[in-house]
Order: sequence, then C-alpha cells, then structure tokens
Amino acid sequence: MSREIFAYIEHHDGVLDDSALELINAAKKIDESANVVALVFGSGDNLNKACEEAAKTYNTVWKIDKPDLSYPNAELIRPMLVNILPKGSVCLVPHDTFGIDLAPGLSVKMDVPYIPDVVGIDKVEGDKIIAIRQEYSGQVHTHVETDMANGIVITIRPGSFEPDESKSASGEIVDKSADAGDVEAKRKFIEIKEAEAGEVDITQADILVSVGRGIGEQENIELAEELAEALGGVVSCSRPVVDAKWLDHSRQVGTSGKTVKPKVYIAVGISGAFQHVAGIKGNPFIVAINTNPKAPIFQVADVGVVEDCIEFLPVLTEKVKEMK
Amino acid sequence: MEILVCVKRVPDPAENEIEIKSDGSDIERDDLVYSVNEWDNYAVEEAIQIKDKVGGSVTVVTVGDEESDEVLRREMAMGADKGIHINDEALEETDGLGVAKALKAVVEKGNYDLILTGAQADDGAAQVGGMLAALLDLPYASLVNYIEIVDENTLKIGREIEGGNQEINEIKLPCVLSIQTGINEPRYVGIRGIRKVAGVEIPEMELSDLGLSEDEVAPRVKRLDYFIPEMGEGAEILEGDMEEIAEKLVELLKAKGGIK
Repeated sequence: MSREIFAYIEHHDGVLDDSALELINAAKKIDESANVVALVFGSGDNLNKACEEAAKTYNTVWKIDKPDLSYPNAELIRPMLVNILPKGSVCLVPHDTFGIDLAPGLSVKMDVPYIPDVVGIDKVEGDKIIAIRQEYSGQVHTHVETDMANGIVITIRPGSFEPDESKSASGEIVDKSADAGDVEAKRKFIEIKEAEAGEVDITQADILVSVGRGIGEQENIELAEELAEALGGVVSCSRPVVDAKWLDHSRQVGTSGKTVKPKVYIAVGISGAFQHVAGIKGNPFIVAINTNPKAPIFQVADVGVVEDCIEFLPVLTEKVKEMK
Repeated sequence: MEILVCVKRVPDPAENEIEIKSDGSDIERDDLVYSVNEWDNYAVEEAIQIKDKVGGSVTVVTVGDEESDEVLRREMAMGADKGIHINDEALEETDGLGVAKALKAVVEKGNYDLILTGAQADDGAAQVGGMLAALLDLPYASLVNYIEIVDENTLKIGREIEGGNQEINEIKLPCVLSIQTGINEPRYVGIRGIRKVAGVEIPEMELSDLGLSEDEVAPRVKRLDYFIPEMGEGAEILEGDMEEIAEKLVELLKAKGGIK
C-alpha cells in the first residue's frame, strides 16, 4: 500500500504561498507513488480560491472552513489536524514562522517523530527515512534518521525543493470542516502590525553594501557607508546588526526583513544564513567579503574576497574613487 | 510572576568557524569558544525585565554536561535568581523531544506562570519550546519579539513574522513562549558579576530525580553524521594582495553596473 502524505498549504488571502508548489515535490521524493493530499485551512471566499488553486497541483484537497480561521492561528489548527489526520500520516509543513509555531507541538500531539527544517531527502527504505538538515547557520550539513512507521511530521525549508509549476491536476476538493471539530485556543489572534518604512528604501536600490556580524562594531559601519557612497549605493544589513541596534530594522535584508532586488549586492562580513539569502531576489551580481572561506555566503556569491572586511573596505573604497 | 527560562550552552557563532572531524562523527570541539545560546540570552533578559516590573522570580534551567554550569552562572549574574542543572549521560545523545521531556519534569516540580525558551539554538531546529508546551498542554507562541502584561492571567505578545511584520496575540497564562532576538537589549555581564555568583549552589539533577527512564529519552530522531556537501561552483575567489584584489573587484563592479 502506498503511503498517504499530507502537505500543509499556506495561503495569504486566497493566494498560495510559494511553498505550496514545493511541498508536492518533497512528498514525491519521499514516496513517488504516494497519494499527496493538500490541507487547506481558512474561511469563506479566500479559502475557496486557495482550494481551487491547490487542486491544480494536488489530486486531493482537504478543505477546512472555520470562521475563526480567517487568520491562521497554529493553536487552533494543531488540534484540528490531530482530529483529521489518519494514523500513520506523513505530514509536511513549510519551515517558516507558521510552521515553526505549529509543527513541533503537532508531532507531540500525534506522538510521532519530528524532523525540522529539512533541506533534502537522502533516502527512504521501508519505514526508515534519512533526511538532510543544516546546523550552525548552514556551516555544516547533517543526515538524520528516524522511523516513520507510525507517521511523522517534517518541516521543509522554503526554496529547498523545485516548485511543481505544471498545474496538471484537477483535484477533488473534500470538505473536512465537520471532522476537524470545534476547538478553542488560549491564544487569540488580534492584528498584524506592518513593519514601519525607514528613511532609506533598500528595496529600490540598485547597489547595496550589506553588513553583517563580521563588521565587528557599530563604528565600522561607517566603512560600509563610505564604500556605498563611492559606489552610489546604500547600506543594508543582516539580522545581527539590527539586533545589536546598530542599524534600523528597515535596513534588514531577509525573511524577517526586506526582500531586495539590486543589480549588485556586496555582502560584508555576512555568513549567509538561508534566512538572509532568501531576501535577495532578481539574481544580482553578488560579492562576498568574509574572513571565513567556508562561510555559506561564498556558495551563493559570484565573486569572493577572503579578507578581514575592516581592513579591506577602506582599500576598496579608495580604489573605487581612483578608478571610477 | 514565577518565570522559568530554558538555556543552552553552545559554540559562540561570533567566535568560531565550525569544522568537522575527518570521520564526520562530530564537529571539532577542541578549540571552540562556548557561550550561552544568543536567543536564550534575550529570553533571560526579558524574564528579568518582567520580574523587575511585577515581582516574582526567575529560574534558569539547562540540560547539559558539567561545563553547562558556566552558562547558568552567567545568566544568574545577569539577574536570574536560581539555577537548575540537569546533567545525565543518557541525555547527551537525546533529541529535541528528550530535552523537552526533561524540561517538562522540571516545570512540574515548580509552580511557574511563564516558561521561556530561545526561538532556536545551534542546531536551528526551533523545536523544544513547542514540544514542551504540547507535553504540558499549555498554550504556545513562537518567535516572540514583544511581551506586555495585560492582567495576572493574560499577556499581549508580538510574534515576528515574514517581512518584519508583527502578529499580535493575546495568550493566557501559564504559557510557553519562544523568544526571538532583538526583543530587548540584554545587559552586559562583567567578570565581577560572574564572581559574585561563583559560590552559589546550583542543584544538579539526573534522570532519576526527574522520574524519567533512559528509554523515555532515547532519541527518536538520530543524527548520523556531519558533512560538508559537494560544493557547487561557488564564488570565484579573487587572489592577490589587498590592492590587487580591490583593483580586480572594481573592474568587475564597473562591468556589472555596480558603480554609478
């Protein structure tokens, strides 16, 4: 008998998240012959739109329609999933701010193993699965193994599997709202507060000089500003620089910051964690300056400079002024 | 408010390049500089700030070997009142669920209103807080970057979501929250502060003290090895002295529209 694999489909007001098309390929990697069921939670018209869209990719779509799911509250969705998922289910969830909220507790409530933030499936032999993860912000990879005979919850890192753009399915939409039950949660969603716009709009810049933890201290950011000025660009940054309050949050590139699409991106002292790299779109020319030749940023960069950025930046700025 | 904060001793990301042993069994740990997991440090600071506002106490707990004592003392030097050290060989090879089970036993021995963890640690799994909440049947919120006390039973919290937006929720106490970096500015801890707590007794507990068996914490998910994947082409590394590198780079930038 082939395995039943469930894919949690995220949508924003009826528009599917990119992960929705990636999870089906992760599922196929686990079991080519699996029947992959899309799980779509929400309410009303937006939910119907999302289900119809999901049915172009998945042969079966389970729709769970509840008035209090107009915003996806993981504390409500978790007990509903426990109610509807059959024993032995493989449940795939995107590893994003929703998946992180939902999935660890889901595995406990289903009493099945949990593999978080998977970037690849190495092999499946019977009920044994070996998946690939990363540790230390992507500096090393690991193989992890578990037994999924009784089911499993796996979160899949967005962007790790190719999206299935074929839209070749004409799936059946099954209403599972009644089976999901009426649940209550001790956590209530109130509202979304939008990020404030900063004085500089890094999303519109063609040239970004982006600083990370390797810049060392706040005063050194001046070195990046001088280079940016010489180039005609602006300074952006990675998360640790914002956490340290050296630069405003509006300058942060990454999943929890801004998505940028420059022509040239100069990463200065940035290790290149996936949350950061995910914010760089539009295939820019990427230059990485970092003392650690093994930093993951060198894998996405076009050109690398293995030097201490604090020494190298002034040299580079001078050269720019000289040669421009 | 009685607050428990779960902390972990990890290699300091600012101080280390992680290398793998030649047989892939572990990372090279000999020369690593360790510190408290960055996210946990924000969680402890938040707990202390809450205590300063409404009273109560802050307890820090860790699951780890002998050396983990130092991170408990560091967090106590910040202002945590008590430390609990869970140290048992059987926990060395456990997984996130095993750690969560040990922490559950600690929670049940106390009377905590609020339990905080860091949003994630060195393995990037971001799992222990969510598992702990589920084991305890308590409400949970992850990636919390704002906490406001509404009344003695309720918190208003912000979760950091995609795009830097913030998801505002109300959550009932007792609850478990995983804390995101940037929620506050953790205070500096000097040598003098650490000396002050050097003599404080920190109770150590083994599995048997927690009413757990080795079987219960045996890992369901096992790490088989560490490896560096076959690299793609990667970046072209510019060679030469700094002047030469800078010159090559400027030529490239000019060609790619990187100079206006």
